[in-house]
Amino acid sequence: MNIEDIKKDFPLLMNHPDLVYLDTAASSQKPSSVIQAISRYYEHENANIHRGVYRLSAEATAKYEQSRIKAQKFLNAQSPEEIVFVRGVTEAINLVAQTFAKSFLKKDDEILLTEMEHHSNIVPWQLVAESCGAKVKTIPVLDNGELDLNKLPNLLTDKVKLLSIVHVSNTLGTINPIKILIAQAKKLGIPVFIDGAQAVSHMAVDVQDLDCDFYAFSGHKVYGPTGIGVLYGKKQHLNNMPPYHGGGDMIQSVSFEKTTYKQAPQKFEAGTPNICGAIALGAALDFVKAIGFKEIFDHELQIFNYARECMKKVAGLALMVENINSIGAISFNLEGIHPHDVGTILDAHNIAIRAGHHCTQPLMKRFCLSATVRASFGVYNTDEDVDKFITGLNKVKEIIRR
Amino acid sequence: MSSELTNLYSEILLEHSQQPSNFKKLPVVSNYAHGTNPLCGDAVDVYLRIEEGKIKEISFEGQGCAICMASSSMMTECIKGLTLKEAEKLFEGFRDYMQGHKQELGVDLESFEALSGVKRFPMRVKCATLPWHVLNAALNNEKQDISEECSG
Repeated sequence: MNIEDIKKDFPLLMNHPDLVYLDTAASSQKPSSVIQAISRYYEHENANIHRGVYRLSAEATAKYEQSRIKAQKFLNAQSPEEIVFVRGVTEAINLVAQTFAKSFLKKDDEILLTEMEHHSNIVPWQLVAESCGAKVKTIPVLDNGELDLNKLPNLLTDKVKLLSIVHVSNTLGTINPIKILIAQAKKLGIPVFIDGAQAVSHMAVDVQDLDCDFYAFSGHKVYGPTGIGVLYGKKQHLNNMPPYHGGGDMIQSVSFEKTTYKQAPQKFEAGTPNICGAIALGAALDFVKAIGFKEIFDHELQIFNYARECMKKVAGLALMVENINSIGAISFNLEGIHPHDVGTILDAHNIAIRAGHHCTQPLMKRFCLSATVRASFGVYNTDEDVDKFITGLNKVKEIIRR
Repeated sequence: MSSELTNLYSEILLEHSQQPSNFKKLPVVSNYAHGTNPLCGDAVDVYLRIEEGKIKEISFEGQGCAICMASSSMMTECIKGLTLKEAEKLFEGFRDYMQGHKQELGVDLESFEALSGVKRFPMRVKCATLPWHVLNAALNNEKQDISEECSG
C-alpha cells in the first residue's frame, strides 16, 4: 500500500497540505470516492426510496439497499435483514436499550459495562435501567488500560441480563478481547452488545465469528459521512423487538383501529432515511475493502507504535496508559501544561488534536485526570505527521515554560 | 510562532497562570461560589469578604488551563476594593468584550491586555470568562454551582 497515494485520495488533506490531522477518532477525513458518491447522488440519483413507481426512485432504492448488502458483507452478517441503518452508534445503542433491553429488564437486574466506555455506551443504559429499577455495573480497567478480567467471574452473576462493551477504546486505544468476553457471557445466556465505533476503520470484524448479539458502528469514523451508521442485530432479536420510532416506511398498514409493522430491518427505519448517507457509506466501505484490512491495520499499527515511541522520549510527557493491544488513539498529558493549552498551541502549528475528556468522564475519574490530549491516527497519517507532532509538542513546552 | 499565539501566551499571562495573585482561601468569607468547565476540568472557587458594600478582599483557588488561571488572577487584582456595583459593571464589561459585544475592554490595567488575545481563539473564551461568572455568582449569593462549557 502506498500511503502517499492514499493521502492524495483525500481532498481536504490535499487542499490543506500543512495540516497534520490527528483527530480521526473524533471523525475521519473523506476520500474523493465518498464525496463523489454524495455529489452524484444529488446530481443524478436523488429521489425518495421504497415508495415511488418511477425509475429514479427505483434506482435510488436499489442503491440504498445495495449499501445495506455492503454493510452486511463488511461485518459478515448472515443476511441484509440483520443490518439496520441508524444515525450512528449513539442511536444504535439507544434503539437497543429502549426496545430490546426494556422488554425484559426487571428491578435489580444488572447491565454490565466497563469503566472505559464512551458516554454513548453508558447513558442509554442508565436511562433504561432507571426506568426499570435495574442497575449498571462495570468491569474495572487496569493501570495499563486493559480490562481487569480477573474480576469477571464475580461480576458475571445471574443478575446480569446484558453485557455491553467497546471493541476499541476511543481514549485508551485498547483493543478489548471481545471474542473471549462474548463466549463467557453466552455460557450464561447473557446477550452482548459491542460498540464498534473505533474498530471497523482499523480491522476486519466478523459478527458471526464473534457471535455477538448486536454490533454497531458509525459511518463518519470509517471514512463515510456523518449522520449514518449501522446496527447489526441477530435476526431473532430484531424480529422480536418492538418498534423504536413510529412513522412511515416501518408499517405494513395504518388505521386508527390498529397499525401493523414490517419485519426488521424496515421496522426500525421510520421516515425518510439518510439515503445519500447510506449510499456514501457504501462507497466508504468499498474504499476500505479496496485497500484491505491487513494493509490498513499494519500501516496504522506502525504509525501508532512509532508515535508512542517518539512520545516516550519527550521529557515531561506522561502517557495515560501503555499496553500492547492498542490501535488508533493515544491519550497523554504534558506535565504542568493543561490539555487545552497544548491543543491551542498545536493548532497554531497546524496540528489538529483533541483535548478534553473525550466523552469518557468515568474513565478520566478512574485515572484521576480531568482531561488529556489525544492523538488519533487514520489510514492517511504518515511518519512525517508524527515527526511534526513531536516538534509541536516541544514547541508547546518552549512556549509555556519560558 | 504566530503573533496571535505570542499575544495569547505572553509573559504576563504565563506569569499570572504560573504564579497567580491571591491564590488562597480567605480566613473570613462573606460570599463564595464554585464553577467548572466540565468539558475540560477548569474549576474555580472564588472567595469574597464584603463589608459596607465594598469588596475588601478577594481570592481564588482552582485548577485549569493557563488562560483560566491567569484570568482568575488578574480578576482578583482589579476587583479588590471595588463597590458591588462597580464589580458588577466590570463583570458585564469583561463578559461582553470577550463575547464580542463590545470593542473595548474598558479596564486600565496592563495585565488585561494579555487577555484580549483570547478573543482570537473563540474556543478558549469560556476559559477566560469562567472565573468572572463565578465572581458574579458569589456577588449574587447564587446557591447553584456555575457550569460553563468549553471545547474538549
